[in-house]
Amino acid sequence: MVSKSPTNPLVLAGQALFYGLFAVIIGYFSTSPDFTHIEPGRSLIKLSFSTQGEPVGECRERTPEELAKLAPNMRTARICPRERSPIKVNIALNGEPLFEGVAQPSGLSKDGASTIYKRFEVPAGEHLISVKMNDNVRIPDFNHVREEKMTLKPAQILVIDLRKDRGGIFFE
Amino acid sequence: MSLSASIRQGGLALMQRIESLFDAFFGAAANPWRHLGALGFYFLWIALATGIYLFIVLDTGIEEIHTSIEYYTHEQWWLGGIVRSLHRYAADGLVLVMLLHILREFLYGRFYGFRWYSWITGVPTVWLVYASGIGGYWLVWDQLGLFSAVASAEWFDWLPIFSTPATRNFLPGLLTDRFFSLLVFLHIGIPLSLLLALWVHIQRVSQSDVFPARALSIGTLAMLIVLALVKPTVSHGKADLSMASATLHIDWYYLFIHPLMYATSPAGLWAIAGLLTLLLLALPLLPHPKQAPVAVVNPPNCNGCRRCFVDCPYGAVAMLPHPDKPGHELARVIPDLCASCGICAGACPSSTPFRSVESLVTGIDMPQQPIGALREEMERKIAALSGPVKIAVFGCECAAQASRLENADTAVLNLMCTGLLPPSFVEYALRGGADGVLVTGCREGSCAYRFGTQWTEERLAGRREPHLRPTVPSERLRLAWADGHEMSHLKAALDDFRKHLQTLSADEKRPRAYTPRRIAQHG
Repeated sequence: MVSKSPTNPLVLAGQALFYGLFAVIIGYFSTSPDFTHIEPGRSLIKLSFSTQGEPVGECRERTPEELAKLAPNMRTARICPRERSPIKVNIALNGEPLFEGVAQPSGLSKDGASTIYKRFEVPAGEHLISVKMNDNVRIPDFNHVREEKMTLKPAQILVIDLRKDRGGIFFE
Repeated sequence: MSLSASIRQGGLALMQRIESLFDAFFGAAANPWRHLGALGFYFLWIALATGIYLFIVLDTGIEEIHTSIEYYTHEQWWLGGIVRSLHRYAADGLVLVMLLHILREFLYGRFYGFRWYSWITGVPTVWLVYASGIGGYWLVWDQLGLFSAVASAEWFDWLPIFSTPATRNFLPGLLTDRFFSLLVFLHIGIPLSLLLALWVHIQRVSQSDVFPARALSIGTLAMLIVLALVKPTVSHGKADLSMASATLHIDWYYLFIHPLMYATSPAGLWAIAGLLTLLLLALPLLPHPKQAPVAVVNPPNCNGCRRCFVDCPYGAVAMLPHPDKPGHELARVIPDLCASCGICAGACPSSTPFRSVESLVTGIDMPQQPIGALREEMERKIAALSGPVKIAVFGCECAAQASRLENADTAVLNLMCTGLLPPSFVEYALRGGADGVLVTGCREGSCAYRFGTQWTEERLAGRREPHLRPTVPSERLRLAWADGHEMSHLKAALDDFRKHLQTLSADEKRPRAYTPRRIAQHG
């Protein structure tokens, strides 16, 4: 049995060994081993938007008879369908399909924003990026289109957004 | 025995060996393995104290936050740098000891019965520890912080709780200074919630171990300071929303969830985290051995001395006004909190075997091992002893199996917990024919009921009531603490004690014989 006297060299050595081991365990796993988030020579494309699609139907003016039936404080002349269109997305990289999907409008009445977030790792370098979106069910084809040749640096993040206030499909 | 029970038993045996090894160098009182909860609190205190300084010097603007941290990391390394490293490593240490604490309590089977409350309330603290720590990484706002923030947002976005994905906060041009003010608020608020949760967690244990022994505190702090000097905490490059860091030096104690998510999926990580949480919460609900009967108060023998109230490790004894004696109190057992350990019976002054009543009934007793029955068993066993040296051994069911020591010259009385032993039983045994008394039980820090060993030691040393009378010769009493796997140590201690007793003459340092009560009554 080891004497537990704090002056016993064996006790001191044992304690020092323990504290050293404790420090090594804390210190090592605090920063190691390294984690490779993106492989070298790869870039990241993020598709992210949160926006409302167009109403599913045309707006129209109420007739005088319809207005008369409403309470005075409810008599707005123009009426639009509440439901919004889902947003269809199609992305191609160098002519090859990268993503195809639909962002449904949120809310019980489907009148909220359509949101999407996707991330794609792609090789760094020059790419032809083609993005098409449709946010209006009344239009059969894609009503937002953007195609651009871009050079992505290693680890660069390219964000594809849909900002109607900035001209539609937006690369950043 | 089922496979899981076998694994648990094997793990427990290994844990106990490690604890014994550390006992040799630290002593039980400062053995880190025996005080993992207290060590966890200690790391939290360090993190909170250093956090106050870091909060003072932190500039929470989107452009300034990284710069201010870089300043006190490098320019003011001798204060700010060390404080930052202490903050980081204490937080890491907290996770490490917390996980070991969970493992240890599981191996010891301390998660069901009357302990369900502490176990269940401990589960949310794990979440809060992680929420506190991960938020701290975001505050640094370097590439690692950005990575963690985006990964966490991607994880939470899987839940249908945000109208706009949280990840959109981290797109270029959308982040503002207000985000960092919110982060600071969270990084203070969540640790405060953690403190509250820990307070709830320890509500059902009295005299909670929230500060480790001084030697362990000093050693741990010195270790952290040396680590801070040898390997100071540094940041990655400033967060750049348009670039991802290919390689990150991540803190695996907290941020392992991000690689795990990318290796699986956000849904996969939720499934893993949810299942682990549910498993922890369900453990107390699984079939377990039925709890033994709880302590029972016998009002005519309770004088309201409060010793059971003070000594109960789980606050299961309350003192209420005596219904018949104004100005007096009466003990009352709260069944839901009672651990059935019997430490209260050992604390009761009415438990003395010298009382001349034929049927000994004490103030607070255990139905499965009443004090009166213990006295009768002791009298019977000591009377049956033969040989040159007669020894009475008081053992503990949770420790090394003392019953295996029983033979012609050794009487063994196995207690539910050593803390059940009223000190006067030692004197009674010596005066009733035993040449020596050996008291054994769990080592300090591994007592299944927290204080059984400590209270017994203090009572026998005269530092705690009820105490062993000083007239009892210490030469004829020996304490030998031995955990379940230390049977050989206990045997060796008994052999050594027997040899020691043989060196004493029959009358040397021996209390005068006590006239047996039956003779006194009926003779």
